[in-house]
Amino acid sequence: MSTALILGTWAALWGLNVKLAGHSFGRWAAPVLFGLTLLLLWEMTVRLFDVPTVILPAPTQITVALSENGPTLWADFVQTVLKGALSGWVMGCAAAIATALLVARSDFLRRGLLPVGNFMAALPIVGTAPILVMWYGFGWESKAAVVVVMVFFPVLVNTVAGLGDNSPMQRDLMRTYGATPSQELRYLRLQAALPFIFNGLKIATTLALIGAIVAEFFGSPTVGMGFRISTEVGRLNLPMVWASIVVAALAGSLSYGLIAALEKRLTFWHPSQRARR
Amino acid sequence: MTDTPLSAPVAKGARRAATLDRIQRALARLLPVLTVIATLVGLWYLACIPMNAQQSLLEAERAGVAITPATAAERRDMGGLALTFGNPGEAVARAYGQERPRLPAPHQVVAELWDTTAGKKITSRRSLVFHAGITLAPTLLGFAIGSLAGILLAIGIVHSRVMDISVMPWAIASQTIPILAIAPMIIVVLNSVGVQGLVPKAIISAYLSFFPVTVGMVKGLRAPSPADLDLMRTWNASGARTLMSLRFPSSLPYLFASLKIAIAAALVGAIIGELPTGAVRGLGARLLAGSYYGQTIQIWSALFGAAIVAALLVATVSWIERVTLRRMGLAR
Repeated sequence: MSTALILGTWAALWGLNVKLAGHSFGRWAAPVLFGLTLLLLWEMTVRLFDVPTVILPAPTQITVALSENGPTLWADFVQTVLKGALSGWVMGCAAAIATALLVARSDFLRRGLLPVGNFMAALPIVGTAPILVMWYGFGWESKAAVVVVMVFFPVLVNTVAGLGDNSPMQRDLMRTYGATPSQELRYLRLQAALPFIFNGLKIATTLALIGAIVAEFFGSPTVGMGFRISTEVGRLNLPMVWASIVVAALAGSLSYGLIAALEKRLTFWHPSQRARR
Repeated sequence: MTDTPLSAPVAKGARRAATLDRIQRALARLLPVLTVIATLVGLWYLACIPMNAQQSLLEAERAGVAITPATAAERRDMGGLALTFGNPGEAVARAYGQERPRLPAPHQVVAELWDTTAGKKITSRRSLVFHAGITLAPTLLGFAIGSLAGILLAIGIVHSRVMDISVMPWAIASQTIPILAIAPMIIVVLNSVGVQGLVPKAIISAYLSFFPVTVGMVKGLRAPSPADLDLMRTWNASGARTLMSLRFPSSLPYLFASLKIAIAAALVGAIIGELPTGAVRGLGARLLAGSYYGQTIQIWSALFGAAIVAALLVATVSWIERVTLRRMGLAR
């Protein structure tokens, strides 16, 4: 009976979705409806089958936990995202781009660092978290350090690849203009590298949040999203865990969206951006 | 008659020149990489001195050597660099042989790695190979499940416009979410239902490898040009036939690129999945146990063990990629 009800709701909403997809506004309406469908089915499943809260709380319970624990979640957000992830992200990306600018001047260094950087970018660098927590203590500094190490190599590899992404023709043109090396860097190489740099920065935003949260599993003060998740899981207070996850998801999507919006403004000339209009 | 003796040395010389050329080119490729690695190792050795200075000087004091700030209390708030410059001899001499250094030297890590892989029986709890095997099982299981599900979802997305515009934005958005944060929850929740061991960790690995494969496969299945797709239509090929004969083969380079990302992500997932279970077995458990007991050398060797496993996994996928693409005539 309950199964039939859930399946019926799903079929009805999917049918509506199929209708929507034909319209011009389906581009944004269809995904929204799909998300709402998932939420509704989740709520129905939990209520109709009496799923215990310790296994899967309903979306309404999570919303209640979100609204009741606003100050706690905000404090966690400040500790993990603003202090840990953001400061680490800024330091790591700045260091990576600066290193890339130095490396790009020498072909020898570029050929040496690219394979090493590619290799490092594929490694489970999160594993350095216990070491860095040991070095820098339980505060946000150790989380920022983990984030620095995690974002450094993806951004470095992308920036170095981007700085090399210009044709001899373009470089010759700069030379005929009598451009100094710094002008060539500013008006040609950096501009051409921007799409690559933004690709690296986007990867880095997700990695930064993961690094900051996972580092807290290895030791943290009594505040922070990773701390909240691991302690509330221990207390089987699942709505609160899910509320933290919602905050983490929002923080991740928003920061990704911000970078993507900045990318759109700065690299409007790139084919991948032009095609979307 | 004189043809052979004259031309033979020339051919030989040419072959030798070609070999030399090949060696030279390999050297030109390897030399920069080796230089960078050597520099990094050198920096590591240098960094050991100030990082371990506190402990070095404590040992020196206990051994009865005169050092400048004479008591540990005076030294406590001093930086490692200041201590090193105050007592260069003792700091350098005692930096590389400590039991629990803050930063172990490369040779200590390598020795520990060798000791725990070749020096122990594979079935022993102290063998790193044993722990790597424990971590590898959920990695591979999760990778298989995640990749398969990702490929199936991609096929659905490519064939249904509704799925494309309603599911794809969520697949992309879900990549911006720190998925690893929910790892402890999955483990504990499944544990409370009675599911333990391999499956919960494999679920995390599957989840992490799912989305890269989906996104890459959607790109790959859309890679055939409209002309190729029109050709399939003029042959009256069915959707399944187009999928098998055109879309799937042309998606393989994209698939392998995402599989490499996915298998590295799956390993990270399995390692993180070991943390909340109380850390008994596996590479993640070695990391956690090492950080509980301050066994820095054990942490570093587990970290390098994980790195070696990751490198081997990615190399295996690349090897399969090379063989497959060469067989299909797609190799560059």
